[in-house]
Amino acid sequence: MSPVKRDKPRLAVFKFASCDGCQLSILSLEEDLLILDEAVDIAYFPEASSKMQPGPYDAALVEGSISTPEHLHQIAEIREQSKVLITIGACATAGGLQALRNFADVDHFTEVVYAHPEYIESLSTSTPVSEHVKVDFELWGCPIDKAQLRHVLSDLLAGVMPRLPEQSLCLECKRQGHACVLVAEGAPCLGPVTRTGCGTICPSMGKACYGCFGPADLSFPYGRERANAASLAQRFSSQLGMSGDEIRRRFHLIYGYMSPFREIGGEIEEEQDR
Amino acid sequence: MSSRRIRVDMVARVEGEGALDVELYGEDIRDVRLNIFEPPRFFEAFLQGRHFSEVSDIVARICGICPVAYQMSAVHAFEKLFDVAIDPEVRRLRRLLYCGEWLESHALHIYMLQAPDFLGFDSALEISRSAPDVVRRGLRLKKVGDAILKTLGGRAVHPVSVCVGGFTRVPSKQALTALLDDLHWSREAAVETIRWVAGLEFPEFDMDYTFVSLRHADEYPFNEGDVAVSGEAGQATIPVADFEQHFEEEHVAHSNALHCHYHGQSYFVGPLARLNINHDRLHPLAASMLQETGLALPLVNPFHSIVARAIEVLEAVEEAIDIIEGYTPPAQSFADVQPQAGECMAATEAPRGMLYHRYGVDAKGLITEAKIVPPTSQNQTRIEADIRMLLPSVIKRQDEEIAHACERVIRCYDPCISCATHFLKLTVNRN
Repeated sequence: MSPVKRDKPRLAVFKFASCDGCQLSILSLEEDLLILDEAVDIAYFPEASSKMQPGPYDAALVEGSISTPEHLHQIAEIREQSKVLITIGACATAGGLQALRNFADVDHFTEVVYAHPEYIESLSTSTPVSEHVKVDFELWGCPIDKAQLRHVLSDLLAGVMPRLPEQSLCLECKRQGHACVLVAEGAPCLGPVTRTGCGTICPSMGKACYGCFGPADLSFPYGRERANAASLAQRFSSQLGMSGDEIRRRFHLIYGYMSPFREIGGEIEEEQDR
Repeated sequence: MSSRRIRVDMVARVEGEGALDVELYGEDIRDVRLNIFEPPRFFEAFLQGRHFSEVSDIVARICGICPVAYQMSAVHAFEKLFDVAIDPEVRRLRRLLYCGEWLESHALHIYMLQAPDFLGFDSALEISRSAPDVVRRGLRLKKVGDAILKTLGGRAVHPVSVCVGGFTRVPSKQALTALLDDLHWSREAAVETIRWVAGLEFPEFDMDYTFVSLRHADEYPFNEGDVAVSGEAGQATIPVADFEQHFEEEHVAHSNALHCHYHGQSYFVGPLARLNINHDRLHPLAASMLQETGLALPLVNPFHSIVARAIEVLEAVEEAIDIIEGYTPPAQSFADVQPQAGECMAATEAPRGMLYHRYGVDAKGLITEAKIVPPTSQNQTRIEADIRMLLPSVIKRQDEEIAHACERVIRCYDPCISCATHFLKLTVNRN
């Protein structure tokens, strides 16, 4: 009896509005990139190869946010062609830094950047992929962390759905023994409400976390809850003396369009109105 | 007479997304359009109202391949306006950070993005099946660049420690010297890279170019210098502050990137331009390797960019070794900064070419205006002109071959389309 020959799983990498940094993390896997290339058929990855093969794919990694009318059709087709769809990075999972335009008037934005706004085709919003199609797993971070990417790819190859820690950065920061920049230096650190995964880069560099891994999920015996960003905002106001605008700018950055960071500006302003 | 349209819907092995549209009528070239459809992300708009201290983390996100370039042009602009004195050691560390980015970005482009064109493969992964050691050398060079970035900035993509006035934290002498073994390996690997790329077969394609890059009194340019413009008429030098009096951006219908011109002319930025203008500032080993290639300066064939890039890999390695060996940690990692209202500009050399920033700042340190001129929008007009010059020599071939020949030219420029939209899709239109 001859052994059963299994085809290699087919992997595709797609890009929407983004800086390319998360795809670059795939090319930066070094030796592991060659191992990945042996384990899977990299069927579609324009940044790495001129050979662009049509679907269907076993897994699609999607970078970037949905921000033009054409994107809406493309993402629907990618979903149809892919057994497992995984978003990588802050743009694909939360709209990215460019989602700041969701808070503003995009016509005004276009006029600021381009002399002929009529040439530009853009949606008024930059949104996460999950607002448009079912997403099977989200890998967060701006940029994604390579160790987490390795973890997700290995899990997928093993045929299990990946899981990653979702708790706040503070836990890891304490384990590593960094002095708390919020308590010791009065720096507006977003670590308490930000998802772990970066390796506590900012506090280790003497800098306040700026939330580039998005809002944490906290586990309780009775279930899960999003981190209490409003409470941290309150502390920034009462103890650090930050203005409403300073606090809004702090939360409305890389993951500014994701709840509960998204709601921060509104709440602060309401309080000042009272 | 029939017309035809040749299109490349998605130019591969470039950073970001673009297409090329070529319209032919018989053998007449009707139109060549590099169509950058990478969606606009409106950075200049949402920088308004942000504090100067937030800018380096924001502009880094314009490009995942060259975030350091964006951070550097921004902080240098503010430091000029606020009259901040930068500690000489801090200044050297910034050059070291830039060495890391050049090494990482150039190794990626030489080995992963452009080498497949010369060797007749679709990707570096295909090269690795017949020449695994070559690809491993490229990947390891990239890794060494990443390690420099990580040591100074916490991570390779969007490092976190750059701030106006210096760094949030500077590395210990020990942390830097730990990089030296890898850098000594990289020196040999860079020499092998230069010999390897210099031995590739280059299409004949000499052009009359105007080259633009920074020029510094005694350094190969990373962070600082005047804008040097070198062409048939000789060399002109322009202070960075006067950049916009000589260079103008134009918004055309087919592209989400603005086209930048020098007095209405196209020009060339990047490693080829830098090397032509600054070859006398190279480290001795890099200079002798350039001589060993036997190529005569100035280099006027865009395909020689891969050689210029390899020379710059060696230059970055030599510079990094010098900086690390001479390093004494500064007493303070950053200087105090007091914001002042006004306008400021700076230009630094991103791996793919000069990057200009201008900001307006109010008395509170908030941004009132931002203008960013990335390398790819400067090269875009030049790329289109090159393709027009290339087409007559390939026009009798099949559409697919024409498209491939055009893509090869585009890749010489290492265009970063994410940066330029502020990239690329090829359409050849033959009616």
